[in-house]
Amino acid sequence: MNWDALPDLARGVVQQAVAAGATDAECTISEGDEFSANVRMGELETLKEAGSRGAGLRVLIGKRMGASYTSDLTPDGIRRMVQSAIDLAALTTEDPHAGLPDPAELGSLKTDLQLFSNDTAELPTEDRIAIAKRAEAAALAVDPRITNSEGASFDLSVGGRVFANSRGFLGHYRSSYCSVSAVPVATLDGSMERDYWFTIARNYKGLEDAESVGRKAAERALRRLGATKVETQRVPVIFEPRTARTLLGNIFEAVDGRSIYRNASFLAGKLGEKIADERVNLIDDGTIPGLFGSSPFDDEGVPTRRTPVIERGVLKNYLLNSYTARKLNMKTTGNASRGITGNAGIGHGNFFLEGGTRTPGEIIRGVKNGFYVTELIGSGVNIVTGDYSRGAVGIWIRDGELAFPVSEVTIAGTLQEMLNGIGEIGSDLEFLSSTSAPTIMIGEMTVAGR
Amino acid sequence: MNFSESFFAAKFGITRRDLESYLSEALARGGDYADLYFEYLATSSIAIDESIVKSATQGVSLGVGVRVIAGERTGYAYSDDLSPEKIRHAAQVAALIASGPAKVEQTPLGEGRKRNLYPVLTAPSETAFKERVALAQRADVAARAWDPRIFQVQATYADNLREVLVATSDGVLNFDRQPLARMGVFALARDGKGVPQQGHSGGGGRYELDFFQKERTPEYFAAEAARQAIVALDAVEAPAGEQVVVLGPGWPGVLLHEAVGHGLEADFNRKGVSAFSGRIGQQVASPLCTVIDDGTIGGRRGSLNVDDEGNETQRNVLIENGILRGYLQDKLSSRITKATATGNGRRESYEHIPMPRMTNTFMLAGESAPEDIIKSVPRGLYCANFGGGQVDITSGNFVFSASESYLIEDGRLTRPVRNATLIGNGPEAMKYVSMVGNDLKLDEGVGMCGKEGQSVPVGVGIPTVRIDRMTVGGTA
Repeated sequence: MNWDALPDLARGVVQQAVAAGATDAECTISEGDEFSANVRMGELETLKEAGSRGAGLRVLIGKRMGASYTSDLTPDGIRRMVQSAIDLAALTTEDPHAGLPDPAELGSLKTDLQLFSNDTAELPTEDRIAIAKRAEAAALAVDPRITNSEGASFDLSVGGRVFANSRGFLGHYRSSYCSVSAVPVATLDGSMERDYWFTIARNYKGLEDAESVGRKAAERALRRLGATKVETQRVPVIFEPRTARTLLGNIFEAVDGRSIYRNASFLAGKLGEKIADERVNLIDDGTIPGLFGSSPFDDEGVPTRRTPVIERGVLKNYLLNSYTARKLNMKTTGNASRGITGNAGIGHGNFFLEGGTRTPGEIIRGVKNGFYVTELIGSGVNIVTGDYSRGAVGIWIRDGELAFPVSEVTIAGTLQEMLNGIGEIGSDLEFLSSTSAPTIMIGEMTVAGR
Repeated sequence: MNFSESFFAAKFGITRRDLESYLSEALARGGDYADLYFEYLATSSIAIDESIVKSATQGVSLGVGVRVIAGERTGYAYSDDLSPEKIRHAAQVAALIASGPAKVEQTPLGEGRKRNLYPVLTAPSETAFKERVALAQRADVAARAWDPRIFQVQATYADNLREVLVATSDGVLNFDRQPLARMGVFALARDGKGVPQQGHSGGGGRYELDFFQKERTPEYFAAEAARQAIVALDAVEAPAGEQVVVLGPGWPGVLLHEAVGHGLEADFNRKGVSAFSGRIGQQVASPLCTVIDDGTIGGRRGSLNVDDEGNETQRNVLIENGILRGYLQDKLSSRITKATATGNGRRESYEHIPMPRMTNTFMLAGESAPEDIIKSVPRGLYCANFGGGQVDITSGNFVFSASESYLIEDGRLTRPVRNATLIGNGPEAMKYVSMVGNDLKLDEGVGMCGKEGQSVPVGVGIPTVRIDRMTVGGTA
């Protein structure tokens, strides 16, 4: 079934559901094609190319909800999906807050968000492979200590999204991205370190040059060689953008409307209070053309928008879909997010920390003894209490200089202290994903090592 | 069961001849090996929150993946449409990895396996939805009744039934019916106006619904989640720095999964990028440690009759008395390195290329009584439960996050401590294991393992163990 037929299909699914007894219904269809080429040590390793599609349906019968999905878009498959959702709604319990957004809240941005480009799709397979090979070759050429590689890849994805509901909304958009990444391995005295770098863009022309990706990945792996553990101590911790954005991910979970109404977030009940250093401006904006968190409407058919989450350190807004908004007696912020299965959850648009004025170099120079974190591993963040403890890799700062590599340590504190302890925000904000942060420095955290 | 009675033959009319012709299409351009993976997946899930059934979802997905191997290269394509034209097209796309005339003589397809590790007559997904809703409701009620300080409960129940068919150009024809069910309970507790604390619990496996009515009831999981949340109300700051760590039995086996399991997957070792590469026969753990990966344990979450490449799963010794014995293989790595298959080729779905993956990974029991292990520690940390973990297989550094742990003072468990991450280095950390308990326990059946964007269900297990040195990432 081609893309042009999907909006009618979605509208038809909603009509069938209503005819079968649903008081309200919404249908999501997503389709996508993927391509990936991986090379390793100069040779093509895997080529993958395929596409798939699926439809999801959510129905309400009064205040009871049922949901179903299928990858079978034939009339028979659709009929079974509709029946399944209707049957389930009969078995669930009434939820006084269940429902669709108000018709007045529905809509789609009219501006061109520049989410889709066809130029990459036209690039021949041989060229895609060649780009990955160039990235890897550049990494291997940087230094003789780059002895091995986990490979380099060229990835391409083109997808479409259609959404229709029984309150008259019908919207659709397509998006694309391509990316190049490299994962070289550096060796010193029998011990190995790997790191990666990547570039990603909506179209091929927006990509950073492949050689530069390879070189950056290699330099990152090299600077980890000879890493040691440090003594346990409390010091300033600087997060480079790649690790700073993971902190934003933690804060996003804590402002997710579902965690708020359940009182399962350390930020529940804190609206209007100062929760962070006054330099902190944290924004969610799904309307910025070309960026990876942009879309014309959310997954309930509500237009996306710009929502200040933290403004000058004060918690201004939670991120809500229509359900959590009704629970909290607020308005949806256009942050409904779902796949084809289940209920709408909460997602973000471009969730970012506004940049400051000092360069990362200036921030590092201001630290006498501290830890510059370049990678975090593990999942030791408790959103309910704010307790934070993760494995970290990075470089020790001595007298304002990056001095020696560190690994096998943890950094710990609480998200509350960390937000209030943000002492510096860098000027290096870049939008490489839907969550973006510049370099940030936190005044003091516990680094646990020896 | 014969092939003709199998799911894809019966429901979609797929014949041996069809499979053989798709395979020859896949090998038409000179590939060395090809396989087909048909998958039908029916899922259902229920979520209760605030004692309301807020979500009830059912659905199906279906597709076939075609893989062609040419030397060390892999071509892969898939289709969510089982019409012959679409499958042929996928085979043609995957075939492009090779260039040249067909060269492989296809082996006629044999007949599938005979054993069944999960002889489920009625998979949960085939029973009434109502009974499954009732399970989640019971968990909600029980968690709330556990203690008046429990103020928020979420209970989930999810199951799926996967029908798979694997056909390969070297003559393997296998099919399997794989049920999987899991319950989960999340509870929040609060003392007056104090800070809320959470507790998690859950479990399941490849079982019938019966399992949740008789063996592990909703009340069992509810009590466990509520208990953890209540314990956490009194938690103090975790210590920071190197400590003696005692791991309790069961789910703390996630240590093995992260510290050694991933590092022993054959793809990383073939490429020489694992901290364990080239270390077969070397001492990588204390002589007290014997670590097994076993995909054949009846009903377990990580068990499979056949892996996703059609090979029977088996019991593989990874570490024997501290000596590294073997890697976990998939088809590609075992072809390249001429190693014997171990039945560890797994994939998330028909859209994914198989990789070497763990099944159920655990350490054999030792001789110490668990209470003696705790008594032996003057000062340290006892970890009863964990969240997830992660490993950097190249450096060998791994972490796992304790969700329920206690201070050990003068050989006794004293205060509960707050969440802390433990960090170590794979080939080093297990050399510090100084006592192994006689109480091997497998986890309750909740594990999900992620690798290169693919998630598969796994199991872990461990007896109580004492580790003399490990860095604990607390703040105190």
